[in-house]
Amino acid sequence: MTRLNSKIPAGPLEDKWNTYKATQNLVNPANKRKIDIIVVGSGLAGAAAAASLGELGFKVKCFTYHDSPRRAHSIAAQGGINAAKNYRNDGDSVYRLFIDTIKGGDYRSREANVYRLAEVSNAIIDQCVAQGVPFAREYGGLLDNRSFGGALVSRTFYARGQTGQQLLLGAYGALSKEIHKGSVTMYNRRDMLDVVVVDGRARGIIVRDNVTGAIERHSAHAVILATGGYGNVFFLSTMAMHSNGSSAWQAYKKGAFFGNPSFTQIHPTCIPVHGEYQSKLTLMSESLRNDGRIWVPAKKEDARKIQKGELKPIDIPEEDRDYYLERKYPAYGNLSPRDISSRAAKERCDAGHGVGSTGLAVYLDFADAIKRLGRNVIEARYGNLFQMYEKIVDDNPYETPMMIFPAVHYTMGGTWVDYELQSTIPGLFVTGEANFSDHGANRLGASALMQGLSDGYFVIPYTVQNYLADQFKVPRFSTELPEFAVAEKEVRDQIDRLLSIKGKRSVDTFHRELGKIMWDYVGMARNKEGLEKALKLIPELRAEFWKDVRVPGKAGELNPELQKATRLADFLELGELMALDALHREESCGGHFREEHQTPDGEALRNDKDFLHVAAWEYKGPDQKPELHKEPLKYEFVEVKQRSYK
Amino acid sequence: MDLKLKIWRQENAKAKGRFETYHVTNISPDCSFLEMLDILNESLVDKFEMPIAFEHDCREGICGTCSLYINGRPHGPDAGITVCQMHMRRFKDGSTIVIEPWRARSFPVLRDLMIDRTAFDEIIQAGGYISIATGNAPDAHALPVPKNKADLAMDAAACIGCGACVAACKNASAMLFVSAKVAQLALLPQGRPEAARRVQAMVAKMDELGFGNCTNTYACEAECPKEIKITNIALMNREFFAAKVCSQKEMAGTSGAG
Repeated sequence: MTRLNSKIPAGPLEDKWNTYKATQNLVNPANKRKIDIIVVGSGLAGAAAAASLGELGFKVKCFTYHDSPRRAHSIAAQGGINAAKNYRNDGDSVYRLFIDTIKGGDYRSREANVYRLAEVSNAIIDQCVAQGVPFAREYGGLLDNRSFGGALVSRTFYARGQTGQQLLLGAYGALSKEIHKGSVTMYNRRDMLDVVVVDGRARGIIVRDNVTGAIERHSAHAVILATGGYGNVFFLSTMAMHSNGSSAWQAYKKGAFFGNPSFTQIHPTCIPVHGEYQSKLTLMSESLRNDGRIWVPAKKEDARKIQKGELKPIDIPEEDRDYYLERKYPAYGNLSPRDISSRAAKERCDAGHGVGSTGLAVYLDFADAIKRLGRNVIEARYGNLFQMYEKIVDDNPYETPMMIFPAVHYTMGGTWVDYELQSTIPGLFVTGEANFSDHGANRLGASALMQGLSDGYFVIPYTVQNYLADQFKVPRFSTELPEFAVAEKEVRDQIDRLLSIKGKRSVDTFHRELGKIMWDYVGMARNKEGLEKALKLIPELRAEFWKDVRVPGKAGELNPELQKATRLADFLELGELMALDALHREESCGGHFREEHQTPDGEALRNDKDFLHVAAWEYKGPDQKPELHKEPLKYEFVEVKQRSYK
Repeated sequence: MDLKLKIWRQENAKAKGRFETYHVTNISPDCSFLEMLDILNESLVDKFEMPIAFEHDCREGICGTCSLYINGRPHGPDAGITVCQMHMRRFKDGSTIVIEPWRARSFPVLRDLMIDRTAFDEIIQAGGYISIATGNAPDAHALPVPKNKADLAMDAAACIGCGACVAACKNASAMLFVSAKVAQLALLPQGRPEAARRVQAMVAKMDELGFGNCTNTYACEAECPKEIKITNIALMNREFFAAKVCSQKEMAGTSGAG
């Protein structure tokens, strides 16, 4: 039996959100004070939601694992944020942003959600400017734009190479204002360890104070998870070291369905892996593709010589360079979407044209742009990125091309939510990267910031209120309820178990091994055989983890190894669900590439007849196969086509 | 590379700390500084010892979490980067490296190299924002901002709140941090309406939290990983004195501004 109801309002596409807002239920200001809301996460989606709900008068508790809400990983987003302002007079509109996002997602997202996202995009820019976000401006004093992948217009607003930082600090300012006012209480350095469900509704969470080790219970009328993506299941990714999938996984085990878990974005422009000790990968913003040209040597022997260090990139004459994106996708060229650009890089490297000592890299070359615009202009646009590159690689990208390779960057999959961003657990809302909703099978660049802020500032304040309209009569919850006691005990038991194993292997050795399985078999190219292998290897690794992990220290103290262990325990289960989902989806779409399903020229081949749906997985108990529910994707307004960027 | 490390160990905020000496061998020069500490920590776990607690998250120089005092300098010997962006090729094989936490009364040590920087959050909460509620904003182009002002505001806004300025200052002054936010918002027309209230509230909170005074040694500017300029402090001082003279009445009308 399926319980999936996407709750999309009836009516024309452009009226749906207005209709919803005009007819939703509201809570009177005096009653808002009687209602508690928990927000987990303080990135763009979480900080924006906590601040906006606080402004409305609700009592908000906001949790983060960081020492300050300003450090959430939204801060690392570099390139920009999309909006349909059409300030360039280049033909942009809400409808075009909507279409580009639907097409970029390879027709695996919901029309109504994506339209709403495009619709509120303009208000986000207004809001951020009013907060004092120092977006790039032109000499006339008005806002500048740049181009991003998957679009033929320039609609990306940016603050140098630090757009995520500036937007987050704007939201952090709004949050700080509400903390000062007393409407939001901030809880730093807390790891959420479980969600508490009372009478079928989400009513609280269990957290660990990472400084003292104390386990705390917190109750509320509604719980919002804004906990980001789970890309760190691959160990090496562009995520922050502590980014994790645990909150989403706890919600899943308490009954929230998990949507499209295998949809992972591999970003084409990251600094390549260079050693066994490496702890994370660094992104080089997609905005670099505005001016950089991607190429590999056309001749394999040149590539081989470069790998051995016998030739340098400048030794390769122009006619022997293969600008493969410009060649294969002339219409979009170097600004082709991320999934396509990543796969093209892998294809060239697999064919023996890769560069760098490992042969797993391609060039991103600024020589033409520097000649055309001058070094000053390039420095003003990308100075901080060039500096970052130089520090890591010890090469000067003004003089020699950057080397880049695809890396795990974002998860389109996440907790299944309806149009109201509510999961299948009533009262549990999920926003930002943590939900599955708006990007289909591939997210376009500069759309993650847009979605996080859209959800936080402009969607959740309405939809949560609609849910809470009849909840003001429910008195504040006591954390003495048996449901809290049971959840707390489970958390304590798991921590004790982890500490008592006293095995031989550190947490990181298990995490690296899991990451390798995921990258090899559930990574950029997947096939049945490999996925089945992953489904065998992951449970074996998990069993070994629970037998042989070594976690030093005690429960009641600041213990980073214990934090890593609790997060990895969840990744070891989540990875398996990702493989299962990838195996079920017998098609290629967006970032999900099944080698069995490709066009003769190697492009993703969708199967709309059988897979025009969201795969929503229901937890059935430990070591039980989860149940698959399908939410059919109905395209009423857009024609579903084969994607072409040629 | 083989290195000798002298690292500050302290079990918790109340415990007495001490330096411990460790040796790491076979470190690749391409390894980042924090990856070198990861390798050391792995070896400690192997021996069932508690790994060294240090703060880090994004490892690309933007979150502001990492906070190590290396050989007497916040974020180590290189200018313009955080410690997570530093690589071992920057050090000589066989050298000794001393690693400490930030030292400032307002940043108590939690464990080993981890410190508590909530004082910075409190200063921002006192007024480091523009008081606008969601949904109230006019069109983004309603208010043009001269490009040079927008650029200066962005220069100041690049602060990552790591606290290196406080750690570098002999007085443990937070002036560079506070002035960066004051300047960002004072330079923009959006921030003018509450500029006087903001600067007074933030400075009062900074003083209340026990940060020291600025005596113009410029150590903060020299050590700031984002190269935030000391001119922001001058701008803040101007704002502060102007606010003192002009807006006592406005201050009296606000709540909880310190």
